[in-house]
Amino acid sequence: MKILVPLKRVADPDNANKVKIPASGATIETTGLEWKPNPFDEYALEAALRLTEDGKAPKVRAGEVVVVTFGPKETETTLRAALATGADRAIRVDAADDKLDGHLVARALKALVEREKPDLVLMGKQAVDGDSNQVGQILAEQLDYPMATFAATMKEEAGGLLVGREVDGGVITLRVKFPAVVTVDLRIVAPTSVYSMKTAPAFKYNDGVRFAALPAIMAAKKKPLAEVKLADLAADQGLRVTYHGFQAPPARKAGIKVKDVTDLVNRLKNEAKAL
Amino acid sequence: MANVLVVAESAEGKLRKTTHSAVTFARQAAQALGGAFSILVIGHNVAGAAEEARALGADKVLVADDASLKDYLAERYAPTVAEVGKGYAVVVGTASAYGKDLLARVAGRLGSGYAADISELLVEGGTLKYKRPMFAGNAFGIMSVSTPVQVVSVRQSAFAAAEPSGGSSDVAPVAVVAPGAAASRIEMVSFDQVKSERPELTEAKVVVAGGRALKERFNEILDPLADTLTAALGASRAACDAGYAPSDLQVGQTGKVVAPPLYFAIGISGAIQHLAGMKNSKVIVAVNKDGDAPIFQVADYGLVADLFQVVPELVKQLKAAKAG
Ligand SMILES: Cc1cc2nc3c(=O)[nH]c(=O)nc-3n(C[C@H](O)[C@H](O)[C@H](O)COP(=O)(O)OP(=O)(O)OC[C@H]3O[C@@H](n4cnc5c(N)ncnc54)[C@H](O)[C@@H]3O)c2cc1C
Ligand SMILES: Nc1ncnc2c1ncn2[C@@H]1O[C@H](COP(=O)(O)O)[C@@H](O)[C@H]1O
Repeated sequence: MKILVPLKRVADPDNANKVKIPASGATIETTGLEWKPNPFDEYALEAALRLTEDGKAPKVRAGEVVVVTFGPKETETTLRAALATGADRAIRVDAADDKLDGHLVARALKALVEREKPDLVLMGKQAVDGDSNQVGQILAEQLDYPMATFAATMKEEAGGLLVGREVDGGVITLRVKFPAVVTVDLRIVAPTSVYSMKTAPAFKYNDGVRFAALPAIMAAKKKPLAEVKLADLAADQGLRVTYHGFQAPPARKAGIKVKDVTDLVNRLKNEAKAL
Repeated sequence: MANVLVVAESAEGKLRKTTHSAVTFARQAAQALGGAFSILVIGHNVAGAAEEARALGADKVLVADDASLKDYLAERYAPTVAEVGKGYAVVVGTASAYGKDLLARVAGRLGSGYAADISELLVEGGTLKYKRPMFAGNAFGIMSVSTPVQVVSVRQSAFAAAEPSGGSSDVAPVAVVAPGAAASRIEMVSFDQVKSERPELTEAKVVVAGGRALKERFNEILDPLADTLTAALGASRAACDAGYAPSDLQVGQTGKVVAPPLYFAIGISGAIQHLAGMKNSKVIVAVNKDGDAPIFQVADYGLVADLFQVVPELVKQLKAAKAG
């Protein structure tokens, strides 16, 4: 199986409360924040690795995982980290973050999919900086591929996947045939979420994503990392949306600590009138 | 004329409440554009939902009702929604799981820009601008869409549900557009529904949410509190990941976003991803044994205590307060 994993680097999501907005509101200041791979894309990579190995220890690779990012030169650090984790090959599409929108990323990915011909595009359901949740769906439509968004489980079958999607009110199971687009949700990295046809049914992964071992980090320096021009993938680089400015959310002021349950109930009833 | 199309969401022949938030947006946007709005009800056996939609003050209720639309699949719905949407300036739905899945695909089909999960419509000289939370709610972006058809999804907690307007809209059927090759490679296998007698998380007046601290006693401890307050249950990611609560209850940046009059965070630390889903609640109560837990930075009333002791006590006193 060949899997393409689009991966975005974002400002450290656990410090998103440290983003600053200058008085002009012209930009979002992320200086001082560390770059991290979008967590959902890390999960997609982990799921891709699980689908392309035999699920025994030591795990034997049985497929190809290609990671791709759209960004400036320094995003190659993110790609190298993905290679160290186990991806086989990386592509960087040279682009400035502020010259991209979801539609353009999807259009360019479409051209890349037509070149690379993966069985599966496996990606995060959303990038946690923009919180848009759109690229996977737009890409699937542009390719006329079936899609399964918000995947919490995946089980490989002949020619496709059974995907459990987390939706309002429960879990929907879909059967998709390759080639397809799947976007992943948080629980795709639970120990029993992903089974390839080679994985023993009783096999359990460690919870969460795997980390790169030191020898793998060294070896990753030799894995192929290609650079592609955005213009080679998208003739039309026009943006469909424009950001005019940014605002900080109103601060919520901390309240008080109550003494005990009696105090709490009194205040809810008489002060907040919330009961 | 610049008109707005609401893409309704229905289940078992009834409109889902999410639809009413998109209608609220549509009323505002249509007024700003000097146009009208229509509602598209799509699915199979949706006559009941269409009838409900007629009461919401739309110019027209359009109905795409076909056996091929029985199970919701974006591959089957998007072609028809996009075809109908072509005639409108704005196509809008609510950012529920359904809306997020479908509307982005519709935007892909129309080649449209997409404004996802917006919290406010801003009108400047007849043009529409959208305010949307980013970075887990730590910044708002003000943006606009430059394509002839704009696709928008609205945050349910930020757009109050539209009330019936008194009138009764005309109904017109619309043709179903044959799907592309994608539809032949996808099939719905099952829907494992979580049944609950409680109010919907996104509509409840009171939400009782629990975190990792509750362990296997999640329901044992929280059910009585939720019963007493006629509340919906919510959960942190950690509680869902561990299987203490169903995933559908997750509140946060990537779960449900709620803003009820009263929110209880019980044994939840208050990570930014969780706050993103609840910090616009009117009154927040937090119970945590760690006095430095970040949840206390947003809580109106914080109780530093062991939840296993104080929650049962709280239930007892709330019942007494109600009786008294
Ligand atoms: C991409 C991504 C998306 C995410 N999306 C979400 C999301 O949508 N929603 C979400 O909630 N999280 C989300 N998270 C996870 C988030 O970062 C936190 O890990 C999570 O919210 C923690 O859950 P918790 O507060 O239940 O657990 P913990 O952080 O473990 O906190 C447990 C708390 O319980 C307290 N406690 C323990 N025992 C007791 C006791 N007996 N009595 C009282 N208090 C007690 C502890 O002091 C602690 O504060 C996301 C993370 C990532 C990476
Ligand atoms: N600049 C980018 N480079 C690589 N992948 C991206 C980029 N932007 C978005 N994506 C992919 O699209 C997914 C959804 O992003 P979004 O629709 O922007 O929330 C992400 O999880 C990534 O897999």
